[in-house]
Amino acid sequence: MSLRRALARTIVVAASCVVAAEEPIVVASKNFTEAYILGEAVAQLLESEGFEVDRKIGLGGTKICYDALVEGDVDVYVEYTGTIAEAIKDIDGEPTREKLAAALAPDGVEMLDDFGFNNTYALAVPRQVAEERGLGKISDLVDHPDLRMAVSHEFLERPDGWPGLQRLYGIQEIPDGIEHALAYEALADGSIDLTDAYSTDGELKRYELTVLADDRGFFPAYMAVPLVRADLDPRARAVLRRVAGTLNDAEMSDLNAAAVFGGRSTELIAASYLVDKGLLATNAGADVVLPQDNLVARLTKNTGRHLFLVAAAVIPATLVAVGLALAIFKLPWFARGAVYVAGLMQTIPSIALLALLIPLVGIGWLPAVIALFLYALLPILRNAVTALTSIEPTLRRVAVAMGLKPAEELRHVFVPLAMPSIVAGVRTATVICIGTATLAAFIGAGGLGDPIVKGLALNDTRLILEGAVPAALLAVLTELVFEQVERWLVPGHLRSSNPAGAAT
Amino acid sequence: MSAPGEFAVVLRGVGKRFDDWVFRSVDLVLPAKRTSAIVGESGCGKTTLLQLINAVLRPDEGSVEVLGASAPDTGLEAFRRRIGYAVQGAGLFPHLTLVENVSLLARLERWDDDDIHARVGELFDLVGLTGDLDNRYPHELSGGQQHRAGLCRAMMLKPDMLLLDEPFSAIDPITRVDIYGEFETLQGHERVTTVLVTHDIREARRLADYLVVMGGGGVVQAGGVDEVVSSPANDEVRRLLESGA
Repeated sequence: MSLRRALARTIVVAASCVVAAEEPIVVASKNFTEAYILGEAVAQLLESEGFEVDRKIGLGGTKICYDALVEGDVDVYVEYTGTIAEAIKDIDGEPTREKLAAALAPDGVEMLDDFGFNNTYALAVPRQVAEERGLGKISDLVDHPDLRMAVSHEFLERPDGWPGLQRLYGIQEIPDGIEHALAYEALADGSIDLTDAYSTDGELKRYELTVLADDRGFFPAYMAVPLVRADLDPRARAVLRRVAGTLNDAEMSDLNAAAVFGGRSTELIAASYLVDKGLLATNAGADVVLPQDNLVARLTKNTGRHLFLVAAAVIPATLVAVGLALAIFKLPWFARGAVYVAGLMQTIPSIALLALLIPLVGIGWLPAVIALFLYALLPILRNAVTALTSIEPTLRRVAVAMGLKPAEELRHVFVPLAMPSIVAGVRTATVICIGTATLAAFIGAGGLGDPIVKGLALNDTRLILEGAVPAALLAVLTELVFEQVERWLVPGHLRSSNPAGAAT
Repeated sequence: MSAPGEFAVVLRGVGKRFDDWVFRSVDLVLPAKRTSAIVGESGCGKTTLLQLINAVLRPDEGSVEVLGASAPDTGLEAFRRRIGYAVQGAGLFPHLTLVENVSLLARLERWDDDDIHARVGELFDLVGLTGDLDNRYPHELSGGQQHRAGLCRAMMLKPDMLLLDEPFSAIDPITRVDIYGEFETLQGHERVTTVLVTHDIREARRLADYLVVMGGGGVVQAGGVDEVVSSPANDEVRRLLESGA
């Protein structure tokens, strides 16, 4: 266990004052339909054997998931052999099981047997476009430079994606980047002509897409394999070995289609797969409890987690920002630097900030809270500084001349006078954080971003709304709550909502 | 020079500069238990002189003794609480009610509620702050009421000295005459050493026993009001006196 992980754990324990007798197995998954199903299947399989499972389904892309596994934030997730060979490790020649295992071993990671299907990359074009242009194989692309191409951001970057493909096939064009789940819609409405696909995607059949043949054999095999930490409980590892060879390409494709078009939750699909294949615990009397599709419970859990993230960021941010503002007010030389740094934090894109924090504090709620804290700082700080520095000079002079001690000045004069602006700043910060916290789902922090990220991956509008609507409602509710807070903290004529209220 | 107890403020060779010297080599004594008025053109250093007395500013040369001693290096707040302070425009805190403004220092000094109540009542009676005003915020008070409140705040702790920095200059003339009357009542009642900065010679002659005329980088003339009026030191003082005739 690394030092920072130990630190994070300590904070978690200290914060919750709960020490689990046995640590749950953390099951993560990447963030696309198939990964959701397989991740959920792994989680349910372990639970059926009595293991306690902590789900980080839809955690993120390859780097986030693998790094989390190496760091010990995650115990198991499903990866693909081709991705291991090309993106995670740089393996020359044919990536045999032995080579892969040897490459993973130094990271404390072990690869179990594959599920049986090969979800390789593919390039897909609408059948109509393929027929009109006479496209059948990837090498045909060289003659059609005018095709509008958009591929997933990851595919655009990885060596076994576009860069390698481009080199082997001699294609000149560079496609645009697009979120994978949106690419099919874009193909369907004709705004793009080509995207990367996974050969088991349920959408291929549904959208009548033609997969271009990989005529020079560029794409390696992408066999789905559970990656586990070498220190995972051997009993859990034995359970996970059961999935080996249970799905072929067509079956996986059907499961994906059921999620995207059948309107079934990935939890139910995973459960039915486990039942159909007889993978669940065989001991007599063990009831298979199918996960409940309980909207209210999910909403409550996500909203609660969301509020926790926001509160854990905004409350300390308020204390720090007001403290900083008072320091700036008392020590003007300190002012420029502090506001500048806080402003700088604000300009770092949220996703980038979250990603930057992962190597420092791992995944989960801690980096999310730190990022939100940094975002909350500036609005509160700026408001407080502006309010403090615009206090009438006469009042400052009186406060000194009448013999108020520095602490009394702050407590009885400056802070109350700045209070309307401080409250307004906290209000702004809270609303910003409620919005930004939805992105925290990308690093496994949970909250209302969870259904949004998942809905995006599954192309499921209902799921997206399940996160977006409560988040919007929370923002509205926040406004109402802060109106009350202001009523409570600030005399009527000084409230920001009352334009007549200024110092007389 | 008379016995020390008779002087509330003693300045010896005092100079103060920010970029340029405001004044230099000022020797000045202000009598105890009397009202001294400091008059002069704006920019001649009246307010600076006031701020040297309550040690908001320190002299760049010379020494300042107040109430028989130099200002302390630590515990300045306790020192300043012995010196009431009122300012032009009253300077009431907008987030506090009338009573909260006036009683702030007494509450910080942990006075009994009964004592606070009694003292506030006494002061309000003296300056004529009557009616149901206690819980009003400053913006709900008239200008005259705010200035009376400013005076009461300065007097709350029964200070040994009162510094008034043009406290009446923002009030309309009729109200001002009323407040003069109330200030005199207050003075008759408590008899506290007062230093009044004003640019209004009539106000100075009405309220003060002792007159300090400043100008040209120092003190031009200082003495009893009658003495200064009957024998002005120079034309500058004469002109100033005539402006208020």
